[in-house]
Amino acid sequence: MTGRFLFRLFWSALTLLGTALLTFLLVNVVPGDVARVIAGPKASPQVLEEIRQRYHLHEPLWKRAGYHFRQLAAGDLGHSFVTDQPVAEAIRARLPTTAALTVTAVVMWMLLAVPLGVSTAKYRGSWFDRSTLVLATLSLSLPAFWLARLLQYWLAYKLGWFPVAGFLGFAHLLLPAATLALLYVGYYARLIHAHMIEVLDSPYIRSARAQGTPERVVLFKHGLRNALIPVVTILGMDVAGLLGGVMFTENVFALPGIGTLAVQSVFNLDVPVIMGTVLFSAFLVVAANLVVDLLYRWIDPRLR
Amino acid sequence: MSAAAALDRSGMSEKGAMRREALWRNRLVLAGSSLVLLLVLAAWLAPFGVKAKWLRNPIQQMSAGLDADGMPLPPGRQFLAGTDNFGRDVLSRVLHGTRVSLTVGVAAMLVATIIGVWIGMLAGYWGGKMDLLLMRFTEMNMTLPAILLAVALAGVMDGRVVHLHPAAWPWHGLDLQLKRGMVSLFLIIGLVCWPGMGRVIRGQVLAVKAREFVQASRALGASDTRLILRHILPNILPTVLVVAVMLTANAILLEAGLGYLGVGVPPPAPTWGSMLYEGQAYFISAPHLVMVPGAAIVLTVLAFNLLGQGLQEWFDPTRERRR
Repeated sequence: MTGRFLFRLFWSALTLLGTALLTFLLVNVVPGDVARVIAGPKASPQVLEEIRQRYHLHEPLWKRAGYHFRQLAAGDLGHSFVTDQPVAEAIRARLPTTAALTVTAVVMWMLLAVPLGVSTAKYRGSWFDRSTLVLATLSLSLPAFWLARLLQYWLAYKLGWFPVAGFLGFAHLLLPAATLALLYVGYYARLIHAHMIEVLDSPYIRSARAQGTPERVVLFKHGLRNALIPVVTILGMDVAGLLGGVMFTENVFALPGIGTLAVQSVFNLDVPVIMGTVLFSAFLVVAANLVVDLLYRWIDPRLR
Repeated sequence: MSAAAALDRSGMSEKGAMRREALWRNRLVLAGSSLVLLLVLAAWLAPFGVKAKWLRNPIQQMSAGLDADGMPLPPGRQFLAGTDNFGRDVLSRVLHGTRVSLTVGVAAMLVATIIGVWIGMLAGYWGGKMDLLLMRFTEMNMTLPAILLAVALAGVMDGRVVHLHPAAWPWHGLDLQLKRGMVSLFLIIGLVCWPGMGRVIRGQVLAVKAREFVQASRALGASDTRLILRHILPNILPTVLVVAVMLTANAILLEAGLGYLGVGVPPPAPTWGSMLYEGQAYFISAPHLVMVPGAAIVLTVLAFNLLGQGLQEWFDPTRERRR
């Protein structure tokens, strides 16, 4: 177990390092006048020169990569070109918003997806199952930015049930979270459905039924518990992805989260913030991968 | 990628006992493919419609298309889907947008499929160190957030010229202009979308490689090329097809997202994403500017997803229909 853990940890670290290198190359390999971006179009040559000195823009690529990775090793993500705020601080300040949004959304869609997945597995092939399948496919096909605008217009602006935008309290999270939940519920309903079917076909369920176990206990205690194990893997990855920034939904509802930060940094060509947010999100995904893998082994003794 | 996982579990070609229904009898396939066909027709016919005068020019700004205050017109008898803030016909723009979405979606899918199948095949067939390295590389690509990566790549495409040769040499044939357009867009989306396909294909290749007939063929002295082309490729083709169709849906969604962020095909070309992006400023007074292109995106993505879903069921009928 320990050896396996160390092996996974080693590869996770290597994956992150590779991602960092990939991001650095991507953002730096094509020359653009970063000094001009920072100082604006009317800056004097002296100011431009000063900025180039400060950010080592004169130096060759490999030297800049050296500085960059030395910085990263010290846990420093650099400073924003635009606000001069440390990138790590900007991410830390915005993480709670994104985290609150993610948790609310996950709770919402799981509360919907679990009953849907279980009932469609129980009554598979019925018109209820088939229409849920089509609705789930529809949920997969919705563009986030459009659904967010639609709900914002209809439920917040027209009907006034929710705040339109901004972030003052929990009420402001409800509509964005509902948007995310609608986008994810279809996928999870089908995922739970698929795993439930597999579990319900297995011999131990047949034995349980033959023994006269109540159907409720068969479905939820014997069935759902086992069907949810593989779902946890994907849920972990999705949560990590969302924590790394919910770009469209946060943007439409003007939530000050990491997604908004990422979008702004792209528009401002704010290279340190772009790299910081990408790295942060990559870190979350790699970490989630590691945790889920270990959790899986702990939950399912067959894999040990 | 539950699609491929489902295919994987069933051992596709081994259940001759289970009769397949005709492809067109599957209602999902029927619905999905007729929608796709309709969209292809719309994309193909849109320019002819303009020529034949029963459709307006999608980029022509008309004063008749604005009201007295210079605001866009709502859907009505003259403009069936209303007009946008420049007085352009929304119906014509949405129909022409089909061309961009379908072209970019399908081309990006081809790029992603070629890369994904290639890498998945190498990793799955040769295994060992090659597998380890390729899968780590795939993982690295998966950890990067797709939309952010695509936006960053698109941001690089600002019209500058990259010299692929040393400054002293006059090899201007190698100069490359990085500009935004359909080609750079589908390349970007393809480069962002391949890892999912790569993983699925690797799993499939591993499964097929272990089957008896491949082992037997190998024992009879078949070469690697023959094994791959004659035995492995035909057996993973259904998976490739299903994943590719669903990938097209995702690519179209991503294209719309990039357009919405303002880094898609540059204006005045009519694309659904950029129509939404431009229209949302008028959302309160002219909601049709957001509703119409949005509905077009949903319809198109839904069409490909239904088709993919249906194909998956058709290739693997034991899974869903058994009671």
